[in-house]
Amino acid sequence: MAPIQHLGNIDKRKRASQKIAFGFFSFLSYLVVAILFVILGFIILKGASVISWDFLTQAPSEGMTSGGIFPAIVGTLYLVIGSSLISFPIGIMSGIYMNEYATNGKLIRFIRIMTNNLSGVPSVVFGLFGMSLFVSTLGWGDSIIAGSFTLALMSLPLIIRTTEEALKSIDDSFRHGSLALGATKLQTIRRVVLPMAFPNIITGLILSIGRVSGETAPILFTVAAYFLPQLPKSIFDQCMALPYHLYVISTSGTDIEASRGMAYGTALVLIVIVLLVNLLANALRSYFAKKVKMN
Amino acid sequence: MRKFIEKLVEGGLLISGSVSSFTILLIIVFLFKEATGLFNSPEVEEGYVLAVNPENPVEHLSPEQIMDVFDANITNWADLNGKNQDILVFRLSDLTNYYTEEELGDEFQYVPEKINELIHKEPGIIAFFPEQYQAENFQGKIISGATIKPSEFFGGTKWYPTSTPAPIFGLIPLLLGTLLVSIGAIVLSLPFGIAVAIYLAEIANTRTRNFLKPVIELLAGIPSVVYGFFGLVVIVPLIQKTLNLPVGETAFAGSVVLAIMALPTIITVAEDAMRTTPRAMKEASLALGATQWQTIYKVIIPYSISGITSAVVLGIGRAIGETMAVLMVTGNAAVIPTSFFEPVRTIPATIAAELGEAPAGGAHYQALFLLGAVLFLITLSLSIAVEYISSKRKI
Repeated sequence: MAPIQHLGNIDKRKRASQKIAFGFFSFLSYLVVAILFVILGFIILKGASVISWDFLTQAPSEGMTSGGIFPAIVGTLYLVIGSSLISFPIGIMSGIYMNEYATNGKLIRFIRIMTNNLSGVPSVVFGLFGMSLFVSTLGWGDSIIAGSFTLALMSLPLIIRTTEEALKSIDDSFRHGSLALGATKLQTIRRVVLPMAFPNIITGLILSIGRVSGETAPILFTVAAYFLPQLPKSIFDQCMALPYHLYVISTSGTDIEASRGMAYGTALVLIVIVLLVNLLANALRSYFAKKVKMN
Repeated sequence: MRKFIEKLVEGGLLISGSVSSFTILLIIVFLFKEATGLFNSPEVEEGYVLAVNPENPVEHLSPEQIMDVFDANITNWADLNGKNQDILVFRLSDLTNYYTEEELGDEFQYVPEKINELIHKEPGIIAFFPEQYQAENFQGKIISGATIKPSEFFGGTKWYPTSTPAPIFGLIPLLLGTLLVSIGAIVLSLPFGIAVAIYLAEIANTRTRNFLKPVIELLAGIPSVVYGFFGLVVIVPLIQKTLNLPVGETAFAGSVVLAIMALPTIITVAEDAMRTTPRAMKEASLALGATQWQTIYKVIIPYSISGITSAVVLGIGRAIGETMAVLMVTGNAAVIPTSFFEPVRTIPATIAAELGEAPAGGAHYQALFLLGAVLFLITLSLSIAVEYISSKRKI
């Protein structure tokens, strides 16, 4: 009897330590959730009273202490569109090449390592690079096109990776079936592989939009302006942008305390963009997951 | 025809595929092209001359010595391996103390001559004046010919980029500031990150997971400038109050903000690593009577340790390169940090804060690009380290 009794004690101790460890882990996990909600809640609470129709549709006035953030919203929109026009095609085509065409193991490995390295490059280094290449060497000056190219190169790795993963998740039997029916490789990709991978690719693109709209360091020296009396007229003009606007009015405005309200409002708009982007991505993901299951 | 189109498309795709590699190459070329210019820049501000009396045995002063002389921290040539003689600092604006306006001429045409005279007359003088006022038969000894040396940048302990006559670009305080803030951030976020990763990978049921995963994604999606703003209005005052510090903008504030920002990276990578543990291994452990917790720390963690290491290295990489949030909460004092609760300045924050004011092509501009190159090399080596760690795992 005794040994079994002994074992039972060990068992109890084991279970107790498991309980403590698991309790601790779940506590920390929910603490992380709490951190997120504190950040979101704080900015939503403080920013909600600032948001109004005027805030979203008017230009800043009186040294950034009143008025709205309309030019910054427009600027960010331009930058998102501009960078997407560059990064989406290149990123998706890269992903297709990596997953569907490249057969040389060494080449794939090299490109993948380079893509990983690119995703590790700090955003401020992209800013320096963009300034040196697009603004100075190519002579575009501080402009929407320079900022868009810089942001596009920065978001490439994310798009390439998500496209590759989306394509990888498609079973080879679909490709073989299509090829066996006499379709060429290109036809197979266009008619079979891409339509199936489409939802996941789109999710990656949406997430990259979220990232681009919040980046500050890459646009600091390539496009962003502190204040512009009018909206940009061409792609060679500077523009204001939401993240840069938030940075400027919360650190170096003429009257930082008086523009705090504006800062809360700007932060809230940025948070709402991120929330929308994530919600949209998740909704798309689950919608298409259901659809695929039904088929 | 169809074959031709197929080939054409494949070619187009290959070109797209090479864009990221090409970008890395371009980043290296452009960063280093601007950066290496620093070592061809003169130590003393461009367009100016620094000269001493011809009898003075001192041949060269380092930028730090020049600053000490002009700030009157060094007042005797003996401290600079010269004769025992008081230093007389002379700037162009001091000229009117020695000569009347008539003597200098209506259009200051006699200024070069007078400077020449003064340098010749005063044995202890050190004169700093624009090149255009250097007389043709200049008799002073010019000591400003040297260019900035790599050892001064990489070993320099001071960062005074706008100091005149000689700016000082020393990497050490910025590098230490960056490391202090980043390592502090990892120490803070590592326990959290690993715990949440374990919870997600092994403990949580599907419903909890489906709730936690989007939360972590959202945490990763919040722009760094919003983190910085939150840090500025909430964390900084909180730290200042609770720790009773003169300023809340400290390395610690930066670490706290960065810790939150690094969490998603650490959690996601570590969780993915733990999920690759073969089911058979886990089940064998459980079948031998181990509890789930024993299985986690005796089987799963040792098995996925290389993945967890990758997570940590990636987290450090994120923290080192992070710019805006750190810029907004660390107080930006470019001195060698002596405590965790003092303002510090990191490399990315320095670039972001100063590039706007640095004239393009000047020494300051080039120094900031060199900082960017250093930052790039640090993060590149971390990326390669991760690559190495995870390639080892596959074997």
